[in-house]
Amino acid sequence: MDLIKFVESEYSNSRAGLPDFKAGDTVNVYVKIFEGNKERIQLYQGVVIQRKNFGTPGETFTVRKISNGVGVERIFPVLSPSIDKIEVLRLGKVRRAKLYYLRGKHGKAARIKELKK
Amino acid sequence: MLVKLVRLPTSVVEKRIIWIYVNVCVLLQPDSNLVKFSDYFKVKTMSGIIGKKIGMTTIFKDGEAVPCTVIEAGPCVVTQIRTEENDGYKAVQLGFGEKKEKRTTKALMGHFKKADTTPKRKLVEFKEFEKEFTLGETVRIEDVFIEGEYVDISGKTKGKGFQGVVKRHGFGGVGQSTHGQHNRGRHPGSIGACSYPARVFKGIKMGGRMGHTNVTVQNLRVLRLFPDKNLILVSGSVPGAKNSIITLHK
Repeated sequence: MDLIKFVESEYSNSRAGLPDFKAGDTVNVYVKIFEGNKERIQLYQGVVIQRKNFGTPGETFTVRKISNGVGVERIFPVLSPSIDKIEVLRLGKVRRAKLYYLRGKHGKAARIKELKK
Repeated sequence: MLVKLVRLPTSVVEKRIIWIYVNVCVLLQPDSNLVKFSDYFKVKTMSGIIGKKIGMTTIFKDGEAVPCTVIEAGPCVVTQIRTEENDGYKAVQLGFGEKKEKRTTKALMGHFKKADTTPKRKLVEFKEFEKEFTLGETVRIEDVFIEGEYVDISGKTKGKGFQGVVKRHGFGGVGQSTHGQHNRGRHPGSIGACSYPARVFKGIKMGGRMGHTNVTVQNLRVLRLFPDKNLILVSGSVPGAKNSIITLHK
């Protein structure tokens, strides 16, 4: 196990600038898009509904948003080099780690309470 | 084409440089004649090495997530040298992994003593190499592989126990749960005709013990070497459980 950690430490170094976020939080993900040689940044905003494989290099998180009335979910690897930046806009107050129940809800029913500290 | 321009290289370093050069050319012009030559310049100090599977992880390479396996390979010890005169073929036997002396037979102890080493867990013969080896010499990972080349890895797969035909042979099963079918969803169906041939043919696929067989996975790319820790990182998965012994071939 230590040897795997050693190999991972040689690669995963971008974890440093990562904000703390979990399921229920609303985030802005700045995604790098490559078009030929050009690179531009696209904004993707939504609610984090899960974080999987926490702490490993294969860790991913899923961001859900409603776009033109259609639910869209995008899965990002946390350490992906194509993520420029992650911004936490709003902390959510939720009682589970995976918010799959949001998929069956629309409008007012899909709201999440804000966590006030 | 290239061979005509330069004299045939002899030293390992020379070969390695030319091999890299040829591969770069191949990358630039994939349909050129050089593809044939790239194999020739591959250094064959040793054609393979023995290692231990450590586990799997993910790395990001060129913007893509690559699943890869960490293998602790070598240092191996030359325990025997097979020669044309004695054995009819040329090979080098390598030993890897420590083993307790009291778990080693006396006959094998004598074998290890000849090479002046401690008892080894696994002995494997390798045939292709371009170097004179002496008994007791160590072979390290950096002598065998370079980053970016392709290896074949063989090992013993995890034992799965007694399995049915759906898992073992990829049968489709019945595929429906209605139309009179009640408890035969994963059964094999017919295994032959009736009064002729009045027997079941040999080799019919049925349930049985699965796994724990030797399997080779071909063309795994060497992503990186860590010579200080004897580690090699290959893309993709490798047969066997963690800590199982595997052999890496060119």
